[in-house]
This record gives sequence, C-alpha cells and structure tokens, in this order.
Amino acid sequence: MIIEWALHVATVAVALAALLCALRLWRGPSVADRILALDTLTINAVALVGLLGLRWQTALLFEAVLIIALLGFVATVALARFVARGDVIEQGHEQGQP
Amino acid sequence: MTQLPLWLQGLVALLLVTGGLFTLVGAIGLLRFGDFYMRLHAPTKASTLGVGGVLLAAMVLAWARGEWGLQPLLITLFLFITAPVSAHLLAQAALHLGLPSQAGPAPDLPIDAPGDASVDASVDPPGATPPRGD
Repeated sequence: MIIEWALHVATVAVALAALLCALRLWRGPSVADRILALDTLTINAVALVGLLGLRWQTALLFEAVLIIALLGFVATVALARFVARGDVIEQGHEQGQP
Repeated sequence: MTQLPLWLQGLVALLLVTGGLFTLVGAIGLLRFGDFYMRLHAPTKASTLGVGGVLLAAMVLAWARGEWGLQPLLITLFLFITAPVSAHLLAQAALHLGLPSQAGPAPDLPIDAPGDASVDASVDPPGATPPRGD
C-alpha cells in the first residue's frame, strides 16, 4: 500500500526529471551541455526501468537496466572524447612519430 | 508485497521517494544553473544518489523476499564507479571547448598530461599551449 504510493510518486518525479533533461538537451547552448543532458537522460531511464521492474515484481528488467547503464556510460565517454580530442579511440600515434 | 512488516514497507517507500526526488532535483539543477560547470555538478551527484535510492529499495525488497539482490548491487556499483569518470571526461571536453565560467576564465591547464595538474598559469601563458588532439 505504502510501497505502491511511493512507486507512483517516484515514477512521476523521474518522468518529470527526464522531461527537464530533454528541455536542456533541446536548448543546450554548447555540445557539452547536450552530452551532459544525454547522460542524465540515460540515468533517468535507468531509474525508470528500475521502478518498472519494482512495480512488475520481475528481476528480468534489472538486467535491462544494467545494459542501459553500460551503454549510456560508453556513449558518454565516446562523445566526450570525440569532442575533446577529435578521436574516440586514439590511433596513429605510432605512425605519427617522426 | 503486502506481507512485509510495516517498518520495512516504510523504509522501502522512504528510499523510493527520496530517490525520485533527488533525481528531480538533479534535473532541475541541470536546467536552471548558470554555466556548464555548475550544470555538471548537479546531475552527477543527485542522479547517482537518486538511482542509488531506487536501487537500494530494490535491494531491500529482494532481501526481504530472501533473495540475493545482486543485480541492483551491481548496477549501483557500476553507476557509482562510472559517474565520476564520465563527469571528468565531460569537464575535459568543456575545458577544450573553452566554455565560459561564471567563476572567471579557466586556468590554462595541460589537460592531456597525467600527473601534471599543478595550477601554474604564469609558466604557461594563454595561447602558448601546443595544439592538442593530434
């Protein structure tokens, strides 16, 4: 009873947070703001799918949560490195040496 | 879910509401703070705490059912390890882009050199850094 109520409150709060992150993603003035908004959206998706797994009483969705968190981290690292260095996986250092 | 004792239900509900509200606070900070570095501060702490609250509630529920609850523990550990890494890389990207800060101009650090993080802007005048990203 209390847990269902708390699940409703937490789901609404996380959905609202995802909406605010989407707003920042839309009007972020720089690329880094947009990457940060995407990272926060991924974390909000983690929270939402976790709440759904709690509501449906299944452990299957937590594996999906693990995959979402992993993909979000890899995507954030790749985008940030691409912005910072112009290259995701640094190659050509050996060839570039004179 | 209703066969749990009342204090356990209250604990789970408190963790759930705390997690949801912290996630919301992080998103509000992301939307309303003034420059990028403040915006970087808000979600990297609040969102991990929010997701940590939700996953801690999942862990408590799994323990109350007599299961191991390893998956929420794994997800929490993963998020707590990776959130500082992604925030650090985003700060590097922002310093490379030269985003303005309300705390004044950023010191011209050699951000690619590990172990050389001493703030000594007088040695390295602005504009004299070698080109990065080769």
